[in-house]
Amino acid sequence: MATAKSTRAQQTLPAASPKFDLVGGVREAGIAALIALVLAIPLLSERTVQEAGGLVLVSRWWLAFAAAGIVFAGRLALNLLQQSGRDARDGLSAVIGRNTAWLGDTSRFLAPGMLIFAVILPIFPFSDRYIMDLSVLVLTYVMLGWGLNIVVGLAGLLDLGYVAFYAVGAYAYAIIAVHFDLSFWVCMPIAGAMAALWGIILGFPVLRLRGDYLAIVTLAFGEIIRIVLLNWTDLTNGPNGISGIPRPTFFGLEFKAIGDNTFADFFGLTYSPLQRIVFLYYVILMLALLTCVVTIRLRRLPVGRAWEALREDEIACRSLGINTTNTKLTAFAIGAMFGGIAGSFFATRQGFISPESFTFIESAIILAIVVLGGLGSQVGVAIAAVVLIGGFELFRELELYRMLIFGLAMVLIMVWRPRGLIATRTPSVVLKDRKAIGADLVGEGR
Amino acid sequence: MEYFLQQLINGITLGSIYGLIAIGYTMVYGIIGMINFAHGDIFMVGAFISLIVFLAIIALGITWIPLTLLLVLVIAMALTSMWGWTVERLAYRPLRESFRLAPLITAIGMSIVLQNFVQIAQGARVKPLEPIITGGYALMERDGFVVNLSNIQILIVTTTVVLMTIFSLIISKTSLGRAQRACEQDRTMAALLGVNVDRTISLTFVMGAALASVAGLMYLLYYGVIDFYIGFIAGIKAFTAAVLGGIGSLPGAMLGGLIIGLIETFWSAYFSVEYKDVAAFSILAIVLIFMPSGLLGRPEVEKV
Amino acid sequence: MGATWDADPILDVEHLTMRFGGLTAVDDLSFVAGRNEITALIGPNGAGKTTVFNCITGFYKPSEGRLSVRHGRGDAKEGADRLARLTMSGRRHRGRGEDAVFLLERMPENEVTAKARVARTFQNIRLFAGMTVLENLLTAQHNSLMRASGFTVGGILGLPSYYRAQAQAIEFSRQWLERIDLVDRADDAAGELPYGDQRRLEIARAMCTKPVLLCLDEPAAGLNPRESAQLNTLLRSIRDDGASILLIEHDMAVVMGISDHIVVLDYGQKISDGTPEAVREDPAVIAAYLGIADDDNAVAQGATR
Repeated sequence: MATAKSTRAQQTLPAASPKFDLVGGVREAGIAALIALVLAIPLLSERTVQEAGGLVLVSRWWLAFAAAGIVFAGRLALNLLQQSGRDARDGLSAVIGRNTAWLGDTSRFLAPGMLIFAVILPIFPFSDRYIMDLSVLVLTYVMLGWGLNIVVGLAGLLDLGYVAFYAVGAYAYAIIAVHFDLSFWVCMPIAGAMAALWGIILGFPVLRLRGDYLAIVTLAFGEIIRIVLLNWTDLTNGPNGISGIPRPTFFGLEFKAIGDNTFADFFGLTYSPLQRIVFLYYVILMLALLTCVVTIRLRRLPVGRAWEALREDEIACRSLGINTTNTKLTAFAIGAMFGGIAGSFFATRQGFISPESFTFIESAIILAIVVLGGLGSQVGVAIAAVVLIGGFELFRELELYRMLIFGLAMVLIMVWRPRGLIATRTPSVVLKDRKAIGADLVGEGR
Repeated sequence: MEYFLQQLINGITLGSIYGLIAIGYTMVYGIIGMINFAHGDIFMVGAFISLIVFLAIIALGITWIPLTLLLVLVIAMALTSMWGWTVERLAYRPLRESFRLAPLITAIGMSIVLQNFVQIAQGARVKPLEPIITGGYALMERDGFVVNLSNIQILIVTTTVVLMTIFSLIISKTSLGRAQRACEQDRTMAALLGVNVDRTISLTFVMGAALASVAGLMYLLYYGVIDFYIGFIAGIKAFTAAVLGGIGSLPGAMLGGLIIGLIETFWSAYFSVEYKDVAAFSILAIVLIFMPSGLLGRPEVEKV
Repeated sequence: MGATWDADPILDVEHLTMRFGGLTAVDDLSFVAGRNEITALIGPNGAGKTTVFNCITGFYKPSEGRLSVRHGRGDAKEGADRLARLTMSGRRHRGRGEDAVFLLERMPENEVTAKARVARTFQNIRLFAGMTVLENLLTAQHNSLMRASGFTVGGILGLPSYYRAQAQAIEFSRQWLERIDLVDRADDAAGELPYGDQRRLEIARAMCTKPVLLCLDEPAAGLNPRESAQLNTLLRSIRDDGASILLIEHDMAVVMGISDHIVVLDYGQKISDGTPEAVREDPAVIAAYLGIADDDNAVAQGATR
């Protein structure tokens, strides 16, 4: 709790004059501490506890004062740091900002490096079951981030209900696989197509809305789909979810300890549960890379250029004879398709799905990955997914606090780099030489 | 008919609560053009502060209910406003004039922070409160079905109407209201003409948070149970209400709130409780598609 | 009148009226733009010029009136017949190639450009600022490239026919860049260009849609005299290559210097129509621009409106 307070207070007040001003610093820190105290007083200092006779209050005054004290110290330290720092108004962010400027410049070398690391990751000795599971999770989000990047990053359409397509894909796969006994490799494209179809169905009526309205309607659609999944018990089994979803097979070979046709038998290996996880890892790596390659290709095709033009200026697009409705729909449908494919992977990996996995917070996390990574940047999105999802895992011990830290991290990173980690844009076609385009010129969609 | 009337009363009560929250959305959207995603959670914080203040006042021995409630109302409004102010100061002000999506992400981040802060500080369990205001009037009775208008419903609707009037007067008559409208039109020009833009925007958040805390108190009194998660769904519905009524318009927010409250109540009463949110969201989508500026909003002419 | 524009119009505006709520911005306006000519639409501020433009280019749906475009010269009588049949039919266009006639008021803005081949620029430049100069010009060739890419499917598979089409499109763009003298800046973001270059780039971008009629909304606004002269040369060369131009302009030097035909608007109505010489001498035009004799009349009109 205390950490939360202090980090938030870091930005509470603007930096003071360049001269070393201890009195001013103390005064500002005092004001920040006072605000923290006022904020902490009822919510932190009094805890409502259920007792036999009803709710009673348990006072914990020390917590409020501790919070105020920490804010005071933090604010003062930051103030002194900024004053002793050079001309930088935001001492801290300037330092970090400089150190990450390389990200944009070297992203061309970064991408192959990351790719090679991803391919050989299972070979490393430290890659135990936990690491591999986590990597599968991270890659799922990388794929989702890349899928949403088409909609938000390229076409500039703010979609707050992306999880709906993830859910459609997962449920489509689960229902088809369970009822018709088809393999993952057959169901996955069907699930992707279903999600794309839903992208078009949901997209068609709403795509002429302005940015924030589009955001709220997509959010509403995301919630509608979740509520339907929750209540259409005949099809989805309601809140209990669907279990016993078939696992993917390696060309028909199953990952089982015993059986006739197992992967371990066929290759003469001793069975290990890790084999299945490594296999899943390569499946999601392949799917994610497919998303990435298709996106990169699309960007260089007329449709991709039209998406980016749409993000820059929709009216100009129409004046050039571009059918903006179709252009938006393709972005929506293709983004949804990748979401759906990721959903079918999620279903086969978990073996069990329920509406609980598809709440708004998932949409928010995926969007945060895209925005933190830098709209339109494939490498940025991948880094953001690793940082956010991996970072989230790091705080596993602090079960109760990690969502709080996650939220704070979202705020802090955004304040620090509003345009994301990699904000420059690479041209899709060149006449002579390729130059990166600065973030201040690139449009942000509607 | 009696059943219908009862649902109408319930719907108006619920709608009043949505309307109070919606005003915060509509004012903030009007002035800085962003969805203050954390506003629903400010409402939740307001409900919790109300609960704690109420328990504290009872513990101090003030048991005359009207006085208690008045004190709770005033204190909760003051304390919740501080939260609204802080959220704006930390998460939105550093990003003003910046990339449009950035404040949306910080808003979602703040929403997560507030939810989890309250969950940690107050626990994840629901907080039930004994009914404080009981009684009411039986308006009519037929075939054993009684149409009730409870005192709490009267209180909620009255408080909403009074606050709406006060805030409308603030917006239309005071210099703060003028400054707000000036910032809505053109922030740069307003600043050039000597309007303190930062202060005006901060005060807008403060006003929105104050009204949200009233909604929180009303919610607490009406339903008698709150938890750290109530802000999310109430927030989305209130935003729906604000959009439905025409974003930027105070009467629109109130009207939108009433409509959403009525739709939800009637849908639950006549069709299915499970799909009440689907009904509310579908109405939102339909209205936006056919009437993008909402019911009372100014139509936007596309500038070419 | 025996004017060239009446003999062979490319655009025929008939009884165009545009009302916004109670306000009539354009009132029963009729004029024609001749093929292979530069037609200027001028008038004082608020005369309704941009509204006319937005109606022609499909951004506004006119309250009343017919806006027809004929792609080929053809026989005048036969053309009129075809237009009458099209008007009755409820369709948007009729015929192919030289025979094609279009009713712009029935088309959405993207079809006005894609099918009727009427392109436009904007008063406040609307380039894709974050995309390069070359990307801007390629985006303008979207529809033909889209077909060449097999509506993306072929492009994803990497069919060679698409790469050929793309190379042609790049070559076409390069030729335009040479014409507007921006080849060296092809890979820079359009938003980084100086203002005058942006104006020319926007015209080149509109030309990359291969229009028969190019509509320019104040192309000389904000240009210095040298850039203004360059613009004149560019517009003349576009006309000489076979396209027709309709422009709105305030800068009289530009208008008088390059126009073949001038239409003057005031309060949404046409007050003069003719050659630059004729319009310059027209007392109604002088009155509207200087606002002396017409003042009372204008107030009266405003009151009845």
